[in-house]
Amino acid sequence: MDIDYILQLEDISKYFGSVIALNGVTLRLKRGEVHCLLGDNGAGKSTLIKTLAGVHLPDKGEYLVDGRPVRFQSPREALDLGIATVYQDLALVPLMSVARNFFMGREPRRKLLGSFHVMDHELAAGTAIEKLAEMGIKVRDASQVVGTMSGGERQCLAIARAIHFGARVLILDEPTAALGVKQSVNVLKLINRARAKGISVIFITHNVNYAYPVGDTFTLLNRGKSLGTFAKSAVAKDEVLDMMAGGAEMKELMADLEGVSI
Amino acid sequence: MSAAGPPRGTNLAPRETAPRRKPHAWGEPTNDPHISNPAASAESPVVPPTDERVRDIGALRRFLSRPEFGSISGAVLVFIVFLLAAGDSGMFSAEGIVNWATVAAFLGIISVGAALLMIGGEFDLSIGSMIGFAGMMLAIPALYWGWPVWVACLFTFALCAALGAVNGYLVIRTGLPSFIVTLAFYFILRGLSLALSTMLTGKTILSNYEGVSLRDLVNGDYLSSTLFSGHVLTGVFNAMAGWGWIAARDGGEALAVGIPKVIVWWLLLTVIGGFVLARTRQGNWILAVGGDATAAKNTGVPVARVKISLFIVTALCAALFAVLQVADAGSAAADRGLQKEFEAIIAAVIGGCLLSGGYGSVVGASIGALIFGMVQIGIGYTSIDNNWYRVFLGAMLLAAVLFNTYIRKRVALGRR
Ligand SMILES: Nc1ncnc2c1ncn2[C@@H]1O[C@H](COP(=O)(O)OP(=O)(O)O)[C@@H](O)[C@H]1O
Ligand SMILES: [Mg+2]
Repeated sequence: MDIDYILQLEDISKYFGSVIALNGVTLRLKRGEVHCLLGDNGAGKSTLIKTLAGVHLPDKGEYLVDGRPVRFQSPREALDLGIATVYQDLALVPLMSVARNFFMGREPRRKLLGSFHVMDHELAAGTAIEKLAEMGIKVRDASQVVGTMSGGERQCLAIARAIHFGARVLILDEPTAALGVKQSVNVLKLINRARAKGISVIFITHNVNYAYPVGDTFTLLNRGKSLGTFAKSAVAKDEVLDMMAGGAEMKELMADLEGVSI
Repeated sequence: MSAAGPPRGTNLAPRETAPRRKPHAWGEPTNDPHISNPAASAESPVVPPTDERVRDIGALRRFLSRPEFGSISGAVLVFIVFLLAAGDSGMFSAEGIVNWATVAAFLGIISVGAALLMIGGEFDLSIGSMIGFAGMMLAIPALYWGWPVWVACLFTFALCAALGAVNGYLVIRTGLPSFIVTLAFYFILRGLSLALSTMLTGKTILSNYEGVSLRDLVNGDYLSSTLFSGHVLTGVFNAMAGWGWIAARDGGEALAVGIPKVIVWWLLLTVIGGFVLARTRQGNWILAVGGDATAAKNTGVPVARVKISLFIVTALCAALFAVLQVADAGSAAADRGLQKEFEAIIAAVIGGCLLSGGYGSVVGASIGALIFGMVQIGIGYTSIDNNWYRVFLGAMLLAAVLFNTYIRKRVALGRR
């Protein structure tokens, strides 16, 4: 094996009853690259990253981390290997506070009276506020419940959490869906910064203007099958646009609106 | 911990004059009006307190939106009502207080379990049947099979833990609502208690066999009598009687013998349950699985393990109730614990637990149980007909649910 892959899905299939969500998909993530996953709604992108994250066990095929086969029984095992995910539905609990959500499943602990392990609420609150501030979100009170936050703030919380725990691989499922341009650009900068630190990233987006600048590699999914993986050097931006959901229609529209180009 | 902020926009006025939209470097906190939070309190360990979109919310309002608030104010109200209606009747003598606190303590023990389970997003309707069953499973081996009482106690606890695990396992594996699964055990366990005791003993109420009484057996067993029967602080009560502070018998001892151990258990469980929920990693897991089990699972919370553990804890609370009741009454009966599952759930709801899970308080549930005890026993001290007790219960439940719904809406907008 010449190329250094951190994650590999080899010929993966996943079924939900009669639905074939993934049908023999191969996806290889190089160490330190940003890999964009493109495809129409229902193509199976979320199912693919949930397989990577340990939510789903594949029905067929092999999943390798650092070249070694794994079978994650729960997302916890993926997190333990430094693989963190921003799910499309964000995986936040609205009734819980910002700090409790940030550390959900990975609560920091300290010892009380030298014997009991208790959750370190001070550390949790301080870290959550600090990491959100790095994303441009000001939260003064980490006991604020997530239900009170706006969609964009929640998305930033989920991203900040994944960046904090994603020591090696960061998986982002449409992380900019609820964000304005400025916050989206922040997320793109974060992706760049993660790559600079040697973290490998899988990035799902519907916006070619976001995918093209940060992506090193593009994989196109269609109806549960992979239509191939392309290096950035091998494709132009409008070829990437062609691959994306509604890309062809978008170009037609652009042609109609004369003089506009993307 | 604090109340709802105003709708967006009502606190915008000062910001309009503030400088805004200055370009900022990456990583610097922004002042973007679309991003900063609509209502935040003034305390923060990290950021200096200069945010024009923050309202200071007082300690009182913070208390008002605690989950326990409803039950505390309910308890105060009930207390005042009985103080006025039955203040001179002996309800608030040492003996009277011990009397209703004991009733509250029994219910409180199962309410702690029911509240934790409800916060974890599940119900257990088999609590009451489990109480009857557990009592029988203690009495039959002790009376008929000659087991030492402490062994019979261990057997009872182990059996109930196993039944709780079965409840939880079925709920997790089938994905069925716990309401249905535990409703099945509501019937199975009640039926088993009656059928097994009839089959093995020919009776459904057990207090003695061949001249040996269950009470003597329990009191003769060091471990179980120390843990489950009798009172604590008897000396203190006698001294208080000696000083004339509380009523005394002819011999000089206090009329109220001491604090029954069931009350100690209740307080202990409340403190432990409240501590676990608020301060430990497991508490965070309970809130998470009740709030959104999928989100919890996806972030690495062991959802199945947490939920099954909660079912086991609830079953163990029912077993403890049964053992304490057998020690207290000196008998076991197959129909014990009737409707206790409803009372426990009502106490939890009065205590601020949301029926949908993810939010609530163990301390609140215990205060809910206290309200029960006060009303159930207190009515006897007044001239009010006892039957009004159930009417009151229903009304109390309705009020609590309406109040909780209102609070949840505020929580969704405010903070806790
Ligand atoms: N848990 C599930 N149960 C049943 N079907 C599912 C489940 N998750 C996804 N699917 C189906 O799998 C297909 C792919 O979905 P998904 O991976 O969410 O697509 P995408 O993220 O690309 O929009 C869809 O047809 C969807 O209905
Ligand atoms: Mg998706």
